Amino acid sequence: MSLFVDIQKQMGSFRLDVRFTAENGVTCLLGASGCGKSMTLKCIAGIEKPDKGRIELDGRVLFDSEKHIDLRPQQRRVGYLFQNYALFPNMTVRQNILCGLCREKDRAAKARRADAMIALMQLEGLEEHKPHQLSGGQQQRVALARILVSDPQLLLLDEPFSALDGHLRDALKIELRDLLARFGREVLMVTHDRTEAYNMSASIAVMDEGRLMTVKPTKALFADPGSIRAAILTGCKNVVPARRIDAHTVEIPDWGVCMETRQAVKEGLCAVGLRAHYFSPTAQQNRFPVVYCEEMEEPFEIILQFRYQNQKKDSPPVWWRLPKDKRPAAFPQELGIAGANILLLYE
Amino acid sequence: MIDWYPLFNSLRIAAVSCVLVFFTGIFCAYYAAKLPRAVKGVLDVILTLPMVLPPTVCGYFLLLVFGVKRPVGAFLLQYGVKFVMTWYGGVLAAAVVAFPLMYRTARGAFESFDQNLAWSGQTLGLSDTYIFWRIRMPACRQGILAGTVLAFARALGEYGATSMLIGYTPGRTATISTTVYQLWRTNDERGAFFWVMVNLAISTVVLLTVNMLETRQKKAVAK
Repeated sequence: MSLFVDIQKQMGSFRLDVRFTAENGVTCLLGASGCGKSMTLKCIAGIEKPDKGRIELDGRVLFDSEKHIDLRPQQRRVGYLFQNYALFPNMTVRQNILCGLCREKDRAAKARRADAMIALMQLEGLEEHKPHQLSGGQQQRVALARILVSDPQLLLLDEPFSALDGHLRDALKIELRDLLARFGREVLMVTHDRTEAYNMSASIAVMDEGRLMTVKPTKALFADPGSIRAAILTGCKNVVPARRIDAHTVEIPDWGVCMETRQAVKEGLCAVGLRAHYFSPTAQQNRFPVVYCEEMEEPFEIILQFRYQNQKKDSPPVWWRLPKDKRPAAFPQELGIAGANILLLYE
Repeated sequence: MIDWYPLFNSLRIAAVSCVLVFFTGIFCAYYAAKLPRAVKGVLDVILTLPMVLPPTVCGYFLLLVFGVKRPVGAFLLQYGVKFVMTWYGGVLAAAVVAFPLMYRTARGAFESFDQNLAWSGQTLGLSDTYIFWRIRMPACRQGILAGTVLAFARALGEYGATSMLIGYTPGRTATISTTVYQLWRTNDERGAFFWVMVNLAISTVVLLTVNMLETRQKKAVAK
């Protein structure tokens, strides 16, 4: 099971240029909105046509500009779950699911497979409902049922949770994750939410302004994003220009400090990322005097902003995030951070 | 004894031209949406012109093309098809004038159609024809119905282009609107008043239908 994508498409001043291979389960395309994630999915599904390139699914060529191959969406066997689920409003749940079985010509088999899918997705009793009578979660299940029953070889999910309320989202994430594991085929999911990407995927492809920056296993990406873009997308709050001094020392001119790192610093370092959770008043490494500036309270955590003593005026304050109950009585004079927690960024 | 021919002829012309306009309007609206923007802009102006031009100007152009001494008109005459001074000439005139109403309302409906529905249908393997008739058309049903009713009403009330192209011959090309003018001109005030009332009744029913459709659409959206 593998998907190979190498496509280019020019749209006005925006250029999409993406090349990656996805295999073994769920891959997430992570990027800010408007970076070309959805366009990539549409090109794979055959709804949009790339200017150039090649798309291959399990050895089957779906698109090849040089050989003039461009399969119609109907021939690609690629399931597409739209952000708004795109259920046909004039049809009942059952009719919607039957649409996924349009390739099945045998009427009895059609009914049997629809019933089996309705049971599998726990939609019994809703068969005759129209989409607008369903809750967001039920709509998602119908849309998935309709796609899965058509037996796609690849499943594309476009922001599958964005139409749902927050409290439903987490429950459905677990449900969908288990379902995808049983589906057992390639899944490509688009999201701008790093938590969602972390929850759902085995590997993540980071996209920025139409380019694909890097593809890595999910945990490896969060541990070592490698680029400024990837660091920001994985939620790193403190990204600051830096310079290599030696194999384990970096200078951060904006903050007026030098820090030790555990990972070896290579030539070409341009910035470092320090996750807001990792500062500590007790850490001995990279300990420098700091000055309190601002704070922002969240339901269970607090963000304290501070500046290093010699920090440049135009450099934004540094974020320190900690659980509310861990908040020290007085703001510490000095804060440290372990060298292992400094992300080295090269791009 | 009242001669009911103008009512019959008007309804016949309006009905036939409405059917013509229904299909051509939908066809043009559907394909116009797919064209590149520049071409679409030009085409849009051409297709909408009959709505803003005085109907007599439309009639003038129709005569220019279909007049029996003009190339197209002369050619058609060889096959016995004559649009001047015939009831189906009235269909042509009414269709040309009513077309933009259908085209524009259908285009509006198609433009507000959620394209994801068509795309998801394609990825599920549904044919484009199935998607058009079973998903796109039902979703745009209200707008298309409203356009049809408007086109019917406009065709029914057509006067300018009709009188230019088919004139007024009692029992042959007379329609309600040309009859009203003719009766008024010949000082038959009561006759004119009668046909005015007939026209008023039909138009009221048509507009009530449009309003009813719009309220139903609002309700459907509110759901």
